[in-house]
Amino acid sequence: MTNHNISRRTLLTGTAAAGALSLTGMPARAEVNWKKYAGTKLEVILAKGPRGDNLQKYVKEFTDLTGIQVESEQIPEQQQRQKCVIELTSGRPSFDVVHLSYHVQKRQFEKAGWLADMTPYMKDPTLTAPDLVESDFSAAGLQYAKNDKGQMLSLPWSVDYFILYYNKELFQKKGVPVPKTLDEMVTAAEKLTDTKEGTYGFVGRGLRNANMTLWTNFFLNYGGEFLDAKGNILTDGPEAIAATKLYQTLLTKVAPPGVAGFNWMESMASFTQGRSAMWIDGVGWAPPLEDPAASRVVGKVGYTVVPAGPKGQYSATYGDGIGIAAASKNKEAAYLLCQWVVSKTQGARLLQAGGGVPFRNSILNDAEVQKGVKMPKEWLQSVIDSGKISKLGLPVVIPVAEFRDIVGAALTATLSGADPATELKKANDQYRPILERSEKA
Amino acid sequence: MSALTQSSPAAAQSGAAPEKELRPPSYWPFVVPALVVVLAIIIFPWVFTIWMSLNEWKVGSPTTFVGLSNYLRLTGDPRFIEAIGHTLVYTVLSVLLPLVLGTLAAVVFHQKFAGRGFLRGIFIMPMMATPVAIALVWTMMFHPQLGVLNYLLSLVGISPQLWVFHPATVIPSLVLVETWQWTPLVMLIVLGGLAAIPTEPYESAQIDGANFWQVFRFITLPLIMPFLFIAGMIRMIDAVKSFDIIFAITQGGPGSASETINIYLYSVAFTYYDLGYGSAIAVVFFLLIVLLAAVMLYARQRMLWTEIASGA
Repeated sequence: MTNHNISRRTLLTGTAAAGALSLTGMPARAEVNWKKYAGTKLEVILAKGPRGDNLQKYVKEFTDLTGIQVESEQIPEQQQRQKCVIELTSGRPSFDVVHLSYHVQKRQFEKAGWLADMTPYMKDPTLTAPDLVESDFSAAGLQYAKNDKGQMLSLPWSVDYFILYYNKELFQKKGVPVPKTLDEMVTAAEKLTDTKEGTYGFVGRGLRNANMTLWTNFFLNYGGEFLDAKGNILTDGPEAIAATKLYQTLLTKVAPPGVAGFNWMESMASFTQGRSAMWIDGVGWAPPLEDPAASRVVGKVGYTVVPAGPKGQYSATYGDGIGIAAASKNKEAAYLLCQWVVSKTQGARLLQAGGGVPFRNSILNDAEVQKGVKMPKEWLQSVIDSGKISKLGLPVVIPVAEFRDIVGAALTATLSGADPATELKKANDQYRPILERSEKA
Repeated sequence: MSALTQSSPAAAQSGAAPEKELRPPSYWPFVVPALVVVLAIIIFPWVFTIWMSLNEWKVGSPTTFVGLSNYLRLTGDPRFIEAIGHTLVYTVLSVLLPLVLGTLAAVVFHQKFAGRGFLRGIFIMPMMATPVAIALVWTMMFHPQLGVLNYLLSLVGISPQLWVFHPATVIPSLVLVETWQWTPLVMLIVLGGLAAIPTEPYESAQIDGANFWQVFRFITLPLIMPFLFIAGMIRMIDAVKSFDIIFAITQGGPGSASETINIYLYSVAFTYYDLGYGSAIAVVFFLLIVLLAAVMLYARQRMLWTEIASGA
């Protein structure tokens, strides 16, 4: 972890070179004036995790480059979301720059107008390095960062694809091929389940709310869409029922007992102890799986994309962004920081440590950057392949938490034997008025 | 001290007045700080909560007055009604179990035996741990595949259980953690009670030929009743408002099988940002606690009578 491939000097020269040479060799265009806001002090609020660590670890380089002082704090994700919302509502947030979870907060932040529009800054060559262009971000990233008027309200920072982790040793022992479709996955899981040995074919999130992020992979691959053109919720249709039946089969027939209460932590525990053969979850878990101190399956883990369903193959996608509070008095300085956060250097470091995946294609596809990745090559490949089949994993609405709680509870209920169609219908009836109320307000 | 009191402006002013009028006007300013504090941190938040509960108040949206509609919504909210049930079951179990086990432990630790002080020390250790930290440890102990609890069961030939990972066993399992942590508190209180009991009743009971159970039932239990009452009250307050252990272990799951009013209230107010509705839940929760307190007071009145009777 301490051996990083990029020194501070490379960053400084790299960023400067990007500005000065302007890669395409365009005739003299204005350069970014990094020092223009020297002496400004910025406050940043971060969700706890590898992204926040990556920023805090190297932020001194940003201060050296710009002369801008940065104060930042990391708060556990759920509490960070609450703190941001409460402070932003007050109209006088204590921070200039905010780390947001797109899949939960996008619509809420847009509707409340809490974020500053970055579009003019991105067009200003004295503020934006020439390599930072909209088209470099993946489609999912742009979908997350832009509002319906096409304004960039944040910079896409790190994307989280769901992938299939599998235990190669267990697969070999039973002579099972790696599944390419969801049906094959069920068959494989059945073969891999050996209750006498205490090993199971599949493990994943069963806990209400958390389980939605797994289920949507199935839902999307059965051709599901969250909302119709009028914004009505569609999670009780035939696609949802089929996806829930699959979910029910996997988690009751071939998963460890008690999976209804599993979040990622319990699932990971089962997988790292070699007690479950397959696990579908976010890409970010490779570092603990490959850590000999925490895992018994080091070097035995296979990484691949989520198997295809009858109506396509998608990887449910979630992500983080970094934005500027509309109430901030230091928006330009804050923009420089956001730009540095998603810069090639910082993105490469994040990817190489396995702590996240940049939304920028120029980073992900860079051979030099790829060489420095400390995780297995298969992992990187699964990340790149997932990027090609990425689709947003949750509906873009304000009451996302309610959606996850209500539909998630329906899913958990099916694990105790309840009928998928009935439960989904009930959940939809409960959720619809909440959604209508929030969109009306 | 007396010099200070005399030099206070109120006292100085009243010094000119006739002797008998000295006291009444000189004391009210001393009440003001307490009054301000009570108004600011108890009365105002309460009035404000009630006001919020009468509004549609969502973070990020304008608020509108809606009268009692939040309360009407509560009556048709299955999650809320279930949460009341979960809260009651959880509270009753996590008051009763520590009371019974704590009394038992106190009776044991009241006997004189070698290493008693040391064992008492060991016994009260769970009380000192941070609830969230022990909750995380218990979560892994409950793990159906990897947890130590199922391993221990397997040693005595009992099939593995699902503990907090199944809707039917989740509340008893959470109560197990509460009981583990808070039995020592009950034991400490009851030990204090036992130490205060005079020895004469025991001697006369011995002469009358009472057996161990009779001594416990007719002498010890009535005499420690006031202490049990205190312990029960402390436990009830703790259990009703219990949040950390449930939140850290199950977050109210699986499904909503362990969602107490507190957990639901937290979700509504701070995850769904529906402050109006959340306030309505808080108000109803408050009324429920008032009701419980009234029941406890009533029980105490009855117990006072017992106390007098047994003390006579």
